[in-house]
Amino acid sequence: MGAVSLNNIVKRFGTFTAVERTSLTIPEGGFTTLLGPSGCGKTTTLRMIAGLLDPTEGEIVINGKRVNDVPIHKRNLGLVFQNYALFPHKTVAENVAFGLRYRNVSKADIARRVGDALELVQLPHLGNRYPKALSGGQQQRIALARAIVIEPDVLLLDEPLSALDANLREDMRVELKNIQERIGVTTVFVTHDQSEALAMSDQIVVMSNGRIEQVGAPEDVYNTPASEFVARFLGASNILEGRCVSRGPEGAVLEVPVFGQVIVPAAKAPHLAGEGAAKLVIRAEKLLLRDTLPPDGVFSAPATIETVDYLGQSVRYFIRAGDMQLQAINMIEDRPFSAGAQVHMTLRPQDCAALPG
Amino acid sequence: MSVEAREKRQPWILLSPALGAVLVLLLVPLMFIVVYSFWLRSAVGPDIQGFHIDNWQRALTDPFYRYILFNTLKIAAITTFFCAALGYPAAYFITRSSGNKLILLLLLMLPFWISYIIRTMSWINILGSSGALNTLLMTAGITSSPIQMLYNEATVILGLVHFLLPFMVLNIYVSLDGIDTNLEAAATSLGATRWQAFLQVTLPLSLPGLAAGGLLCFVLGAGTYITPLVLGGPRDAMFANLVFEAIITQLNWPMGSALSLLLLVVLGALVAVYNRFLGMSQLTKGLG
Repeated sequence: MGAVSLNNIVKRFGTFTAVERTSLTIPEGGFTTLLGPSGCGKTTTLRMIAGLLDPTEGEIVINGKRVNDVPIHKRNLGLVFQNYALFPHKTVAENVAFGLRYRNVSKADIARRVGDALELVQLPHLGNRYPKALSGGQQQRIALARAIVIEPDVLLLDEPLSALDANLREDMRVELKNIQERIGVTTVFVTHDQSEALAMSDQIVVMSNGRIEQVGAPEDVYNTPASEFVARFLGASNILEGRCVSRGPEGAVLEVPVFGQVIVPAAKAPHLAGEGAAKLVIRAEKLLLRDTLPPDGVFSAPATIETVDYLGQSVRYFIRAGDMQLQAINMIEDRPFSAGAQVHMTLRPQDCAALPG
Repeated sequence: MSVEAREKRQPWILLSPALGAVLVLLLVPLMFIVVYSFWLRSAVGPDIQGFHIDNWQRALTDPFYRYILFNTLKIAAITTFFCAALGYPAAYFITRSSGNKLILLLLLMLPFWISYIIRTMSWINILGSSGALNTLLMTAGITSSPIQMLYNEATVILGLVHFLLPFMVLNIYVSLDGIDTNLEAAATSLGATRWQAFLQVTLPLSLPGLAAGGLLCFVLGAGTYITPLVLGGPRDAMFANLVFEAIITQLNWPMGSALSLLLLVVLGALVAVYNRFLGMSQLTKGLG
């Protein structure tokens, strides 16, 4: 039983369906990320959990209690917005204390808990400032402090990092995760940034077009995508269309262009039912380029390098094999290949994943 | 000419037509009025020129003028209160309506396309002794003879509220529209009811707009003379009616000048106080 359950919820706006029939369990104490491109329904889902939107159908259960008819101010949730939404006419301390004033907390306790919360977000000395006087990162920490000081049952974060600079975003990512682990609050995080999702989550829910594409731990979602959308959305992937010629307990044999027959281990082909059309997913960083023919046990095929995209510690190659263009991201060992070079591209079958076609 | 000098001159060149118009059409006539106010009206023949403080002395000490001045400020204050009470919910509704915001704002502007005098006189057709309301009451048998509803302080206030409400709504709307809706969402998520969230967050943040609308309504209301002329009784004169009376009826231009300057000073002081505490920028926001 999760802390939050969505049972068959649907959200329509007029004739537009923002969230198709969806069921989802968000485990207690975990960090769950709703990941997807804009318009995929992730924010709508979050706002339904928060109580800012009512589901058209289905029920929302928090801590075993149906909350469809519970208004937002009685749900005891912490909400953090992308634009922080701090009250500009109140000081930082008044902002953080806001939720406590509706909770029968004594004046002395309010002061103590506000102090603790500001300590937790490492801004203990800013209580008397107004939000306008703070930087974006500081404002976001205050927004977080305001949300967690009420000890919410669930912490809901709506793209909280996307308004920050790139460097600050990565620091805040680590800090946010640390704080979440320390207080152990069930957290639902909405983002379109795959690296945030992979770095922070215990569970990732990949959404597209109002549907859930896959639910799983970051490694599962990344290494064993359940659909072509997930494979393309997370990281850079090569998807080869082919057919599955046999499916046994030891794995699935896929017949694909360029590489010929590839045996994908069963664990990497959980969604492949049997023989028929199938797709082979090869992560760009698992496609290794060699200038000599590799030893046995790896699949390889000759190819020509078309474009070299130098990234510093790694290189992204666009390579041509037959009539297909593939991409490979390799670490630089000696010096990168140059455009026009003839190479062998190699892959290990356990690094591939198979999808139904 | 250096680039700096040219850049410095440019705004003044662009401003000069407007500044010229303000100077010739506003400041110079105002100076005439100031000079006039120190002249004296003679029983026969032209006004007596010179520097006489008699008009000012009368304007400031005559209990009748003082009574009308206070009555004018009172009517303006009551009008402003009703505009705020009626205008705030309307502005809030327009801000929060999703699709038809533009249509609602257009409807709000619509009355400006009809002359203010005609809008004011339309109340005679509604509230007059053979107006719509009395006809309805008599047809329904509630009363046998028409009720006297017009020509009192209440109808003056009614007419002023009718005239000034759009200014109030627009000012509050601009202020409310600039408030992030996530703020109310954040407040309710923290445990405040929607009403508490409104009182704690939205209302304080919209006060500048409310104040700007209030100032406009008060100043325009206090300076009006058409509404009391059309909808008021003989005892409901407002200060601008005294100016009208002095200049048009009594042909006492010096006295009328002194009275109009007195009203200008009182209302100007009010604007100065507003500017001291809230700044004029909010007012221009509401007009733009």
